[in-house]
Amino acid sequence: MSSLPLIAHRRMDAVMAWRGSTPVSVRQFLSEVDQVAGQLPPGRHVLNLCGDRYRFTVALMACIVSGRVSLLPAGHTPEMIRQMQRYATDVFSITDQDDCGAGLPVFRYPESLARSLENPVIPLIDSDQVIAQVFTSGSTGMPIPHVKHWGSLVRGVRAGAERLRITPEHALVGTVPPQHLYGLEFTVLMALQIGAALHSGQPFYPADICAALADLPRPRVLVTTPYHLRALLAEPSSLPAVDLLLSATAPLSQNLAFAAETRFASPLFEIYGCTETGQLASRRTTAGARWQTLPQVHLRREGEAVWAEGGHIEAATRLNDDIELVGAADLTADLATGSAYFLLHGRHADLVNIAGKRTSLAYLNHQLNAVPGVRDGVFLLPPEDEGDAPESIRRLTALVVAPELTPAALLHALRERIDPLFLPRPLLFVAALPRNATGKLPSQAVLALLATLQSQTANTRPA
Amino acid sequence: MSDTNQELQNEVAGLITSALNLDISPDAIEPDAPLYGEGLGLDSIDILEVALVVSKRFGFQLRSDDADNVRVFSSLASLTQHIAANRTK
Repeated sequence: MSSLPLIAHRRMDAVMAWRGSTPVSVRQFLSEVDQVAGQLPPGRHVLNLCGDRYRFTVALMACIVSGRVSLLPAGHTPEMIRQMQRYATDVFSITDQDDCGAGLPVFRYPESLARSLENPVIPLIDSDQVIAQVFTSGSTGMPIPHVKHWGSLVRGVRAGAERLRITPEHALVGTVPPQHLYGLEFTVLMALQIGAALHSGQPFYPADICAALADLPRPRVLVTTPYHLRALLAEPSSLPAVDLLLSATAPLSQNLAFAAETRFASPLFEIYGCTETGQLASRRTTAGARWQTLPQVHLRREGEAVWAEGGHIEAATRLNDDIELVGAADLTADLATGSAYFLLHGRHADLVNIAGKRTSLAYLNHQLNAVPGVRDGVFLLPPEDEGDAPESIRRLTALVVAPELTPAALLHALRERIDPLFLPRPLLFVAALPRNATGKLPSQAVLALLATLQSQTANTRPA
Repeated sequence: MSDTNQELQNEVAGLITSALNLDISPDAIEPDAPLYGEGLGLDSIDILEVALVVSKRFGFQLRSDDADNVRVFSSLASLTQHIAANRTK
């Protein structure tokens, strides 16, 4: 049995987090983990809803040292929470805010924790321990769990940090929630596993992000998304220094990448990954379109599909993207680095990614048709406009047959079931969907119906 | 409400519908209905978008550690008030 330490810091007085501009030592952190672990209720499954990244981290580590499994669903709608309860009846939530238990039994993060332990030890965690289940939407309406073992997560973030040259001297700020796999890997586990420091905040507005960065000593890492980057770069005032920019969850244009590198005088790397494997590859966007996998991660084409394996990946995983393998002399693995290279041409048609939240049209259609009063309905991802920047956000459209429902009532019911980002905009009521004799919905017919409806609304829309 | 505030409220409603490509006319936004969630149905990505145009147009930055942040986006009327109190242009 192999095991890996909970954190990689080498000294008890090392700084492992910044709560605003106040440092937290490893000694204090370990002592809080120990105390929270001792107070948790009996359930084995946990929904960690802490909004403060430091408290999230303490709670997560308290779960790990006490053998609990954190559940990371794709969102926190009431339907998603019910699904988590069906998956694990003993699930409870940990929260640091009022009115935020999501209807589950709540463990309130302790307001005050006793003074530090004198001589805490860094716990060793079995590499095979399941520390989390991350859920994807699936296509049947039931989320599909993907198991995360401690060893694989740790190997992944260590390899990522090495590739990106993140060191124990770095401090990391994230605009992405730690409840999202990208946020978990890059703003929590990476800081802990290279012995660096994380910032407790989850800054949202550009001014918040600047303030959080200014709290930290350099070198600083900003872990963010194309949306936050675009908002930051729109700021006319001067921006705080950043030494490394990371972006993920959605494609970034070369223009925005160049602008970000120039304004911050910092390299920018994009991260590629998926729920099943976590991070897989990165690229310096300004240096070209080619992605490089983490060392030892290989890609293999089998017919239409591309599979990823090796490195921290536990079982070969089929990637849901349109991938073209590239490299020297058709070798997908570069012998010197143990890496593979590829180009990304988009996602498979059924998958939806809006502002980093992922789901499938099949899942959304299932949820829409499960609403009482809906006789038929379908979600559509409108075709991309040529002029759109990749980071501009495309919303979904839905066509629905529901003569007894008002738009407001249907939206209310959908809000219970699907993440707000996926709510249809617009939601169009129709008399019938153009189904063919076999009951299938040819996409040409749907798009034609949509075009007709849109030309009608364009004519009737108030000026 | 004074005419100036009514004028500002109309302008803010127009900024919201144009920034977010909403399929409604600005005067269809009810001044006291929630912008988030139920009501107009904006989400966090929308709020970031609105924050961008507000900062560009009115010359001040929104902060989420403002004690009032939740209240600011609670309705068109409260957002208008917040802008009136903080605008520099």
